[in-house]
Order: sequence, then structure tokens, then C-alpha cells
Amino acid sequence: MQQPNLRVVENPVDRLARVLEGVLVVASRPLSVAELAAAAGEDGERVETALALLVGRYREGRSGIVLESVAGGWAFRAAREAAKACGRLFDRPVARGLSPAALETLAVVAYLGPVSRPEIARLRGVAADSAVAGLVERGLVAEAGRAGEGGAVRYETTPLFERVFGLAGLDELPDLDDLGGDAAEIRARLESIAERRGA
Amino acid sequence: MTGVAVRDLPLDLDAFQGPFDLLLTLVLRDELELSDVEVAEIVLAFVARAVERETLDLEACGEFLVLVAALLELKARELFPGEEDVLDLDPEEAADELAERLAAYRRVKAAAGWLDWRLGESGERWFRVGPAPVPVAAAPQELPPQNVASLAEAMRRLAVEPPAPSLRHMGTFPPVSQFLARFRAVLSRSGRFLFDREVARLSRVEQAVAFLALLELRKAGEVTIRQLAPFEPISVAACSSPTSA
Repeated sequence: MQQPNLRVVENPVDRLARVLEGVLVVASRPLSVAELAAAAGEDGERVETALALLVGRYREGRSGIVLESVAGGWAFRAAREAAKACGRLFDRPVARGLSPAALETLAVVAYLGPVSRPEIARLRGVAADSAVAGLVERGLVAEAGRAGEGGAVRYETTPLFERVFGLAGLDELPDLDDLGGDAAEIRARLESIAERRGA
Repeated sequence: MTGVAVRDLPLDLDAFQGPFDLLLTLVLRDELELSDVEVAEIVLAFVARAVERETLDLEACGEFLVLVAALLELKARELFPGEEDVLDLDPEEAADELAERLAAYRRVKAAAGWLDWRLGESGERWFRVGPAPVPVAAAPQELPPQNVASLAEAMRRLAVEPPAPSLRHMGTFPPVSQFLARFRAVLSRSGRFLFDREVARLSRVEQAVAFLALLELRKAGEVTIRQLAPFEPISVAACSSPTSA
């Protein structure tokens, strides 16, 4: 007896989508459209069409696997429904226990990178050596050359950073100017405090 | 809080744990990087201690303020080397500079807060973190069309038996006995000779063999050999010669 659910659709885009599914399951990092196209031997436009098909198929609430655009590519992740079960089996050492100092350092590197440790220290007012070393160990930041010949080593965020924070790219970070910190307002506040103290 | 209590103020910082005076000592001895010390934490510890005591010792507070101000100045100089001009700004410019830096730091802190929020949001995101993918082996380079005959010819040339190694140089060594006889003849004739002059016209290989013959003669006790200094002429005399050494 034929089982309708097992019927394989022979549409060419469907066939390409199945190939991409396979490649994405094997990959342990996000793959760009160009990489997927090269692997499948197809042009980028057809790959994007197939990806759109897969995004509809692998989405929250419909599948235990979610296809997402992250870190400049496409990758599968577990659906939120499966998160607790994953948490019982696996650990997330990269993101676990990031201290406020580490997050501040990470923010400086994400927004201003490539940036050197002295530059980070200048912004935070505290030496950044141990925070940077910890982030490098976690794989969230990496060396990005030196500031000129013999200059300080500079750091930038890695694709893993974007993946951990669920960012398609660094341009998804909120605009730094929208995060407050208006110098004129701070100056006015300092002056008002000084006046109150003087009174 | 008494003055003694300021020095004994217990601190539990990321970079240091112990009494305040030990921290000062380590900083002055350059055994602790002041840039690693969060001065705000020291102030908080002092304030917490003052609240505990429920009394305000102005002398202790004054001493503490002086020490902390000195620490802050040292730290500022350490964090901003080469920015002496910044430290010598007039009050108006310094206030602007301070406001700018506080604003920059506030933005960083807000960005860190956003990352923290995002991390919480993505706390339920699980994905595969595997080792770096094995790079795909480079595709074999396509060869231009080949002519079978020319390939066979190339193979034939490679397969030619190599020429037998020449042993000619082995045959150019004259026998030691030849020089033994020659030197004995010279010695019997004149009783002595200069080795360098005797072998001057010979090839290097013949000179080496002649030297071996000379050593043989010395070993047999037939001659004495004399050389005033390294690389000076070697003088050879028959043992019966009155000038032998």
C-alpha cells in the first residue's frame, strides 16, 4: 500500500533543497550561499530559492531543527522546544559565565574592532589583559594583526561570536549612538552635582 | 574607623586579596599592576566598613581620600601613558574630556548590557560546535591533451640505463712504497732533505701519499722530522745524520 507521506517530490528546486539539507547537516559552521552553490554545483540564485523553501520547512513550531541566517551564512540549530533537552545532555562553555568585565570587553571589540588591549583599557579604565585572554580562549575574539609594524596586537570578534549571539553579522548590533552616553548630558549632570555640593 | 583600620581595611578584589596597606606596598614595589586594580571596589569596601562601624572618623576618611587620590592618579598615568597633556588640561577642558570619556564608557556599558540581554535571549539556541571542517582537497589539475608517442619517448629517455660510475680517481693514488724508496734514496745520498721542496712538483694526491711515506719512515725510526712552526717547511734527516733532532 502506498504511503502518501513518503512520496518524494521531484521538483528540481526540491531536489536542490534536499542536497542543501544534507550539506548543512554535515557542516559545523554556517555556510555562505557561494559555498553552498559551489558544493551543489548550482548558481547562487537557485540556491537562494531552495534556501527560502528550507527556511519555511525548518522553522520554529514546525520542526525540531531551525534553519537560520547567522554569522554570514546558513546553519541549522535546535528549535527552542528542544533547548531544555539539549541542556540536559550538553554544555555551552563558550557562553557560560561571561562576566560583566568580559561582556564590556566583548562589546568594545565588537563595535570598535580591530582594537588593541591598551585601547580597550583606555575605554574601560581597567587593564583588559585577562578579559581579552579569556575571550580568546572561548573563541569569541581572535587576533587580527598588529597596529602597524611592531604595534600592539589587535583583536576582532569571530564568526562564533555572531553565532553565539544569534547575529547574521556585526551590522545587526544596535547603533552605538542609540545606546545613550551623550557627553553634553553627562557634562550637565556633573555640573549640577557640583553646584549642589557647592550650595 | 581609626587610621589603623584604613591600613588594615580588608580587600577582596579580582587582582588582590589582603589588607589595604599590603596592596599599597605591592603597588609601590611594582609587584602589582595598578591597572588591574578596580579602585571603585576599594572605595566600596571602605564605605561598607564605615557603615558597619556606624561612626565617622574624619581623620581616617581624610587619610583614605589622600591614599585613594594618589592611587587614582598613579593609575591614570599608567593607563594613559604619553597623555601628560590630558592631565594638565585647564578645568573646563578637563571637564569636557571627562564627560566625553564617561559618555564613551556609558555606551560601552550599554552595549555590554545589550549583549547580556541577547545572550539571555539566545540562551535557548543550541547548535553544533564541531572541530574546524576538513578542507576539501584541491581538485586535480586538468592536464592538456597528451600525445602518447611523446609520453613513451619521455619514458624511454628516463628508462635509459645510467652510466656506470667512474673509478678513475681511485687509480691515481701512487703506492706509498714508491715514495719510501724515493726518500730512502735521497737520504742515502745527502742524509737530509726538505719535504716541501721534494714534493713541490707533485699533485695534491701524490703529496698526501708522500706524507704518509714520511710518517712511515718516522715510525720505523729511520728519520727525524723537524718543523719550526705550523706551515713552515718540514725538514727531514736520516737518523744517523748529526743535525737530526
